[in-house]
Amino acid sequence: MTTAATSTSKVATDLAGGSLRFYGVWLLGIIALIVLPMIFSSGGSLTSFSLIGIAIVFALSYNILLGQTGLLSFGHAVHYGLGGFAACHMMNAVVSHGWPIPLPFIPLFGGLGGLVFAVIIGWVMTKRAGTVFAMISLGIGELVASSSLILRSVFGGESGITTDRTALPKMFGWSFGPQLQVYYLIAFWLVLSAIAMYALTRTPLGRISNAVRDNPERVQFIGYDPHVVRYLAFCFAGFFAGVAGGLAAINFEIANAAYLGAIQSGLVLFSTFIGGTAYFFGPILGAILVTYLQLGLTNLTSVWQLYFGIIFIGIVMFSPGGIAGLLMMHRPLIRAGTLWTVIPSYLVAIVPTVALACGVILTIETVARFSGGDPINLFGIAFKPTSPATWMVAAVLVIGGAFVARLTWRRIADAWDKAATIARDRGYLA
Amino acid sequence: MLELVVISTLNGVLFGMLLFLLSSGLTVIFSMMGVLNFAHASFYMLGAFFGFQLTKWIGFWPALVLAPLLVGVMGMTVERYGLRNTHKHGHVAELLLTFGLAFAIEEIVSMIWGKSPLDYRVPALLDFPAFTIFSTNYPAYKIFMLAVSVIIFVALLIVLKRTRVGLIVQAALTHPHMVGHLGHNVGRVFMVVFGVGSALAGLAGVIAGPALVTQSDMAAALGPILFVVIVFGGLGSLPGAFIASLVIGLVQTFAVALNGSLASAFGPLDPSAGPSVLTDIWDVTIAQVAPIVPYVLLVIILIVRPMGLMGTRES
Repeated sequence: MTTAATSTSKVATDLAGGSLRFYGVWLLGIIALIVLPMIFSSGGSLTSFSLIGIAIVFALSYNILLGQTGLLSFGHAVHYGLGGFAACHMMNAVVSHGWPIPLPFIPLFGGLGGLVFAVIIGWVMTKRAGTVFAMISLGIGELVASSSLILRSVFGGESGITTDRTALPKMFGWSFGPQLQVYYLIAFWLVLSAIAMYALTRTPLGRISNAVRDNPERVQFIGYDPHVVRYLAFCFAGFFAGVAGGLAAINFEIANAAYLGAIQSGLVLFSTFIGGTAYFFGPILGAILVTYLQLGLTNLTSVWQLYFGIIFIGIVMFSPGGIAGLLMMHRPLIRAGTLWTVIPSYLVAIVPTVALACGVILTIETVARFSGGDPINLFGIAFKPTSPATWMVAAVLVIGGAFVARLTWRRIADAWDKAATIARDRGYLA
Repeated sequence: MLELVVISTLNGVLFGMLLFLLSSGLTVIFSMMGVLNFAHASFYMLGAFFGFQLTKWIGFWPALVLAPLLVGVMGMTVERYGLRNTHKHGHVAELLLTFGLAFAIEEIVSMIWGKSPLDYRVPALLDFPAFTIFSTNYPAYKIFMLAVSVIIFVALLIVLKRTRVGLIVQAALTHPHMVGHLGHNVGRVFMVVFGVGSALAGLAGVIAGPALVTQSDMAAALGPILFVVIVFGGLGSLPGAFIASLVIGLVQTFAVALNGSLASAFGPLDPSAGPSVLTDIWDVTIAQVAPIVPYVLLVIILIVRPMGLMGTRES
């Protein structure tokens, strides 16, 4: 009796603490969004923050499909692109007709652009799930991307549709010419969409989407049509992808066929999956990481996309939960206080793993620059791609690193098992 | 007109057979292992590039044998060290793995061979016109391509339907544990099937390389059509893939050859109305629409018959 009472009160305090922490995280995020541009106020960082904001909205919308409903789409950029075109056309129409619609409302029309297409094509597409849906989304994506080049009057052909965001009616006296104002516009829509999408995961529709992902047959038995649920999720995802596209159109003041294409669809899949689909914050992490990598690596190497591919394959093979999954794995260990038993083996494993990674990077760069002959700079050491010494170093790093790293990874697994067993005994592991 | 029909039919059948050579490997892998290999078109591209490189070093005919073998070995490696480990995370993870692989292969190929088209020529032995039809020379190499595709198709069907190996392979699909208990190494069967499927793609690459363009984006260009073929034909159905390949090959070839538009048939629209979606649609030629025809077919079949032409189940 007493034990029951104490455990109830413990649960209650846990819940209160939980909700405090929950709102605290959101508040911290909003404060960070407001403060960040004040700390890093250079033009370059403002541009990258804006790009990251757009990428986060896009990745979160993709996770409504992939993470929540279990629909792997290869054509999500269609909604993003159509949203971008809708926003551009709307902005031009506002200017030419003199409508009293200020710029901050434009992403809404982008969202409608993405939504309309989802409503029209979604019913046919979501008839089947799984691999078939993946193939169909690829085909539809290609269809729209190729048609965009035929319908020149709507999509502007190769050059796209341009617009001028400063020509719209002002709001709060902001012209949205400076990047800082555009950043705050994006941040505002980011917060709004993130809250809306998080709320969506808590609704009955969000819950039943998870059920459709896990077991569509049982959903059918309890009286829901999985097809309808998938269709609704598809429409929501299309809407928020359109919002992201509208933000991109505002940011770049242009929408072109590249918005709709396979590369854009691939990037959002990469971001979402690398970040992790099982947790709401996974796609956010992924979008930040991938956008930064994209911006940072393009300056450093000509083959940055290859690194993306390798990171992606690594995540699929070794950590299907993504980065978020890796992080959250440690939560029970922290609670049980057994994390410190694992950390030494992590520290040991870092050395050979970094060596292996350096070897792989050296190999790739050697091959990539073989014909050009530019030296490779790795930690201040210059390697000539044509000299045999470079090949030797790369081979030693890759083979030796892989050999030693395997041993240390096994050590981690052993230490992990022990720590997890203790944590489970103390009641912290599900 | 007759000339156009005959030549287009020949080319359409040829393209269709090439599509079938690719989609047969994909279909066999899918119906065996349930995994749609996104990297299949990349293996085709690797076949073309290996074929080019080996032709340079040792000549076309050895390359025709060696390059597919190389690609097949790569496929087996992917199955053994990639897909087999990913299998426990489900089919979506497997699909994503092959997607990442396709991405990486494209980057590696353009890193090594560059982004511009290669000078991959038809071998001298086959570089002559086979026959002349309506004053057009039809190259012998195309006949050779057609012959190889047909031979491979027939051989594949015979091996799968008429031999003991095919029996084990088909049984391993439906009853892997039973086949395992009978003493067959099911894991190895899967590995070999994946290798053979990849090798088929590689072979298609070697023979298609000189006729089409060998370039680092050839996989990205063909990949989506390949998936249209197998969804259109019905997932996992070899006859369906065959019919779909021929249909798409013919339709696309004829579309490229025709130059009519609604404007040429019914006269142009009133130009005073200015450019609009309607004039876009009115003025576009059938040849311009050719790239989107397969996808339109895909949408139509999805509305009419979601399991595809010869598909038997809704998955």
